Amino acid sequence: MSTKLIYFAWVRERIGKPEEDVELPSGIETVADLLRWLKSRGEEYENALQYPDVIRVAINQEHVGHREKIAGAREIALFPPMTGG
Amino acid sequence: MAGAVVAAIRIQREDFDVAAEIAGLTKGRADIGAVVTFSGLCRDEQGALSALELEHYPGMAEAEIGRIAAEAVERWPLQGLTVIHRHGKIAPGQNIVLVVAASSHRQAAFEAANFLMDYLKSRAPFWKKEHRADGSEGGWVEAKEADDQAADRWKKQGE
Repeated sequence: MSTKLIYFAWVRERIGKPEEDVELPSGIETVADLLRWLKSRGEEYENALQYPDVIRVAINQEHVGHREKIAGAREIALFPPMTGG
Repeated sequence: MAGAVVAAIRIQREDFDVAAEIAGLTKGRADIGAVVTFSGLCRDEQGALSALELEHYPGMAEAEIGRIAAEAVERWPLQGLTVIHRHGKIAPGQNIVLVVAASSHRQAAFEAANFLMDYLKSRAPFWKKEHRADGSEGGWVEAKEADDQAADRWKKQGE
């Protein structure tokens, strides 16, 4: 099953694309696992996710912490801390 | 009564009219005693900025502001609530965000509007990028620790 990843703001700029569909390898159970795996996919990912602690994550359009399980996620978004308002 | 209020939430590129939004909440009603509005505008930072570009997460922006608004409606006896957040390129002096909270008495309206803004700042999926007046590449606005702390003060005990 493929998962849609969406990127915003400087995460999007550094990765170089707004979204992509990925096949997650087995063993990727949590958000933290996902960030670690993505970071290993190339220089642009390494650059975007250099400090994983600052990356905010939403699963199916709801904020989640890095320990959240990602099983069943249709859409996972990665972005910097928000600056709206 | 308070439970029946459904917040009006709009995420839009276009500008809004503050007076028209207030009138929309109060028209034909005699039970509202207080309306508090907060408008957030784009600053030019002493002439350094020519615009702010607001990126947002379509779908989640509506959903997240809806969740924050639902909590406000649950916590304060509101009679009406409107939240508008713009996206796209916004020039200095132009509107970015509007919260209109209506209640029988002022305290609930003040507090709910304040709560909404603190939570919007740290949880609504919007990101501001600067366009600099001298034409150089502007950066992404950094989130402020103070905004997270402002949101934290509304947490109930045990959270």
